[in-house]
Amino acid sequence: MARWKWRRTSLGGEADRAAFRALHNASLASPALREGLTTASAEKSVGHLRALLGTPAAGLGDTSGLLGWDGLGGHHRSQLAATISQVAETGRTMIVDERTLVCDDGACQVRQAIVSPLVVEDTLVGALVVGAPHTTGGLVRAADEVASWVSGQLELAELDLSRNRLMEAEVRALRAQISPHFIYNSLGAIASFVRTDPDRARELLLEFADFTRYSFRRHGEYTTLAEELRSVERYLLLEQARFGERLQVRLKIAPEVLPVAVPFLCIQPLVENAVRHGLEASADKEDGVGRLSITARDLDQECVIEVEDDGTGEDPERVRQALAGDASMDSVGLGNVDARLRNAYGDDYGLVVETAPGAGTKVIVRVPKFAPGVQV
Amino acid sequence: MNADVVPGVVAVILVSVATLAIGTWGLRISRTTSDFLVASRTVRPRLNASAIGGEYLSAASFLGVAGLLLTFGAEMLWYPVGWTAGYLVLLVLVAAPLRRSGAYTLPDFAEARLGSRGVRKLCSVLVVGIGWLYLLPQFQGAGVTLRSTIGAPPWAGSLVVALVVLASVSPGGMRSITFVQAFQFWLKLTALLVPVFVLLAVWAADGAPDPTTTAASSWSTPLASGGGVGLYTTYSLIVATFLGTMGLPHVVVRFYTNPDGRAARRTTLAVLVLLGVFYVLPPLYAALGRIYAPDLIDGRSDVLVLELPSLMVGGLLGAVLTGLVTAGAFAAFLSTSSGLTIAVAGVLSQDVTGRRWGSYRLGGVASFRVAAAIAVVVPLLMSLPAQDVAVARTVGLAFAVTASTFAPLLMLGIWWRGLTPAGAVAGLLVGGLGSGAAVAWTLATSSSSGWAAALLGQPAAWSVPASLATMVVVSKLTAASVPAHAGRFMVRLHTPEAVDLQR
Repeated sequence: MARWKWRRTSLGGEADRAAFRALHNASLASPALREGLTTASAEKSVGHLRALLGTPAAGLGDTSGLLGWDGLGGHHRSQLAATISQVAETGRTMIVDERTLVCDDGACQVRQAIVSPLVVEDTLVGALVVGAPHTTGGLVRAADEVASWVSGQLELAELDLSRNRLMEAEVRALRAQISPHFIYNSLGAIASFVRTDPDRARELLLEFADFTRYSFRRHGEYTTLAEELRSVERYLLLEQARFGERLQVRLKIAPEVLPVAVPFLCIQPLVENAVRHGLEASADKEDGVGRLSITARDLDQECVIEVEDDGTGEDPERVRQALAGDASMDSVGLGNVDARLRNAYGDDYGLVVETAPGAGTKVIVRVPKFAPGVQV
Repeated sequence: MNADVVPGVVAVILVSVATLAIGTWGLRISRTTSDFLVASRTVRPRLNASAIGGEYLSAASFLGVAGLLLTFGAEMLWYPVGWTAGYLVLLVLVAAPLRRSGAYTLPDFAEARLGSRGVRKLCSVLVVGIGWLYLLPQFQGAGVTLRSTIGAPPWAGSLVVALVVLASVSPGGMRSITFVQAFQFWLKLTALLVPVFVLLAVWAADGAPDPTTTAASSWSTPLASGGGVGLYTTYSLIVATFLGTMGLPHVVVRFYTNPDGRAARRTTLAVLVLLGVFYVLPPLYAALGRIYAPDLIDGRSDVLVLELPSLMVGGLLGAVLTGLVTAGAFAAFLSTSSGLTIAVAGVLSQDVTGRRWGSYRLGGVASFRVAAAIAVVVPLLMSLPAQDVAVARTVGLAFAVTASTFAPLLMLGIWWRGLTPAGAVAGLLVGGLGSGAAVAWTLATSSSSGWAAALLGQPAAWSVPASLATMVVVSKLTAASVPAHAGRFMVRLHTPEAVDLQR
C-alpha cells in the first residue's frame, strides 16, 4: 500500500500525466512549425498534433489545400480540399459530416471532420483538420485550441523570418552607409593634393575607388579577414590624408589568421567608430593626436581581433544599450556587427567592449577559424 | 658537472632562447599604415613549407631514422622515403581540396563534408589518440637525448621536455607562430648538415673505408628479412607512411594558413623539396656510424646522431658539433610536441574540459590549460614503460593509425560523393580499432618474429584496405543518407579559384 502511494505521488496523478503528455506532444510539434507552414513542416508536425488531440486522424493545410495528413482515412484527403479553402476564406470553424466524406469502407474511423482556421497576424494562412468517427462539442473546442496554438507557433516562425530579413536589410544599409561626410572630406583632401603632390592624389583616388567598390559589393555574406582588413587600411589611408599627423594608426596582424572567413563589413564599422572617438578626444589632449590600434591574433582554433582607441570612452551602460540594438543610439554599426556575429557563430561569439569614461574603448571580436555554413 | 655536459646544456639553452626571442619579436612587429597593405602579406608558400617542415620533422626523423638504419640497414630507408612521399600523395589527392573546404582541423573537415556531429566527435577522439601516440616517441626521444648529453635517467628527459612544452603552450594556447616553426626547420637542417660535412671530411681523410664491409649482406638490402613476412612488413610500412602523412592533426592545421588551394599545392611542393634534402642526411650518419660507432649498433642506436661527432672528431670542434646536433634534436621534439599538444588540447578543451561540469564551467584559457596538462601527462606516463621501443618505430605506429582512419576519410570524402556519415563512422571504427589494437599489442609485448608479430607490428597493409572497404560498403548500404549538400560541397572542393563561381 505504501509502495503504491509512493509511485502515485512520484509519477503524479492521471491529470498530471495527461498534462505532461499534452505538453510533450506540443513541444515535439513545435520545432517543425517554427519553420513556417510548408509541406515538409506540416508532415513533420501533424503526427504530434494528432497524438495531442488523441483522434484517429489529423491534417494541416494552407489556403490552397491539404499539406500533411497523419492517421487513418487518408482516402478522404481529396474530399476535404474544398472545405479547407472555404474555412481559410471565412475564418470560421466548420464541421464536415458523412454527406461530404463519402466512404464505402464500413469500418472507416473518419466519418466526420472538424476544420479549424489558422490565423497569423489577422491573416488566414490555412486550417487544421481533425478527423473522428463523430464530432462532439468538446472535440471542436479542443481542435480550436490546438489550431490557435499552431497559429501562435506560425506567428513565431514569421517573427524569426522577419528578424533575418531585418538583419539582411541592415547589412545592405551598412554597405550604403558610407557617410556623405566621409565622401566630401576624402574628395576634398584628395583635391588638396592635386597640385602639390599629383602622384599621391592619384594613388588616393584609386584607393577611394577600391574602397567604394568593396563597400558596395553585392554578393556574399562572408569575406576573408585579409579582404576586410585591406578595406580598413584603405579607409584609414583616406582618413590620414585628411587628418595627417592627428591620427596615428598601429596595425599588428598575425599573417596566420588572414584567410579566416568573417562576416562582410564586420571590422570596418568598428574602425570607423574608433576613428571618430579617437579624433573627438584628440583636441583635448596636449599633443592633439588620436591613437588607434588594430590587432589580429592567432589563438589556435580562433582568431581575436581588437580595435582600440584612446578617445573619451563611453559609459558601459550606453554601450550595453547599443549592443542590445537600441535604435536611439548613434552607433548603429556596433549592434549590427554584434547581431551578425552571434547569428553566424552562436551566442558565445558576441562583441566584447571594454570601456569607461575617459579611458578609451577597446572592442574585441572573436571568430572561430571554422564554423559550419560559414564560407567565403 | 663535467666538460662533456657543457655543449649539450649550452645548445638546449640557446634553442630555447632563440625560439622565445623569435616568438616575441614576431609578435611585437607592428606596422603603421605607411607600411602599406599589411593585410596582403599572407604567409608565402615557401615560408609556410619551412614551417610545416619545422612542425613535421620530429625526434623520429632527427634521431630515430639514423639509428634504425645503423642497426637494420637499407630496409629502414623506407621510413624517410615514405615520410617524404606522403607529401606527394597529399599534394596530388588532398592539399588543394582540403584548403578549399575551409576546414581548420580534421574534425572540422568531417563535419563540413558529412554534416554530422557524430562523425565529428569520433574524429576528435581519433585526433586525441593519434596525438598521444605521436607524443609518446617525442618524450622517449627527449629521454634518450638528455641521457646521452648529461647522463640523466631516461624519465628525467621526458619530464623536462613535457614541462617545457607545457610552459610554452599554456599562456593562452597560442598556435606556434610561422616564423618560429620555420626557424626550427632550418635549425634542424643546419644541425645535421654542417656536422655531416666535417664528418665526411674526416672519413675521406681516413681513406674512405667502405661501411658495408663490417655488415651482413642483408644490411644493404632494401627489404626486411624473413621472406614473405619481410615483404609484407616492407609493403605495410610503405602503405602506412605514404598515406599516414595526410592525417597528421598538427600538420593539417598548417594548411589553413595558405590563402587558397593553389597556394596549398605550392606549399606542399616546397615541403617535398625541403624534406627531400633533409632525409638525405640521416642515412649518411648511419653509414658513418657503421664504421665509427659499432658499439651503438645493438641497443643504443637512437643516440647515434648525438654521439657520432664526438666519436669521430675530438676537441673543441667535436664539442661544438655535439652542441649543434643536440640543439637540433631539442628543436625537433620541442616543435613537434608543442604542435601536437596544441592539437590535442584544442580538441580536449572544446569537447571535454570546456564543457559544463555540474554547475561549474571553466573559462576559455583555464580550460585550455587543463586540457594541455592532460594532453601532456597521458603520453608522458605511457612513455615510462615503453622506453625500449625504437623512436622511429613508435612514430611508424602512429602513421599506421592515421593511414587507417583519416586517410580513407579524406580520400573518399574528397573524391567520392557517395560517402555517408554511417559509412564514415563504420570505416573509422574498423580502421581505428583494428590498427589501435595492433599498436597496443606491439607496445605492450616485447617484439617477436613470425606472421603474428608482423601483422600486428605493421598493421597498415590490412587495416587500410579494411577501413576503405568498410566505408564504401556501409555507404552503399546507407546510400539514402548521402548528405544533401554533397554535390555542392564537391564542386567547392574541386573548382580552381580562377574559375568564377557563385560559391
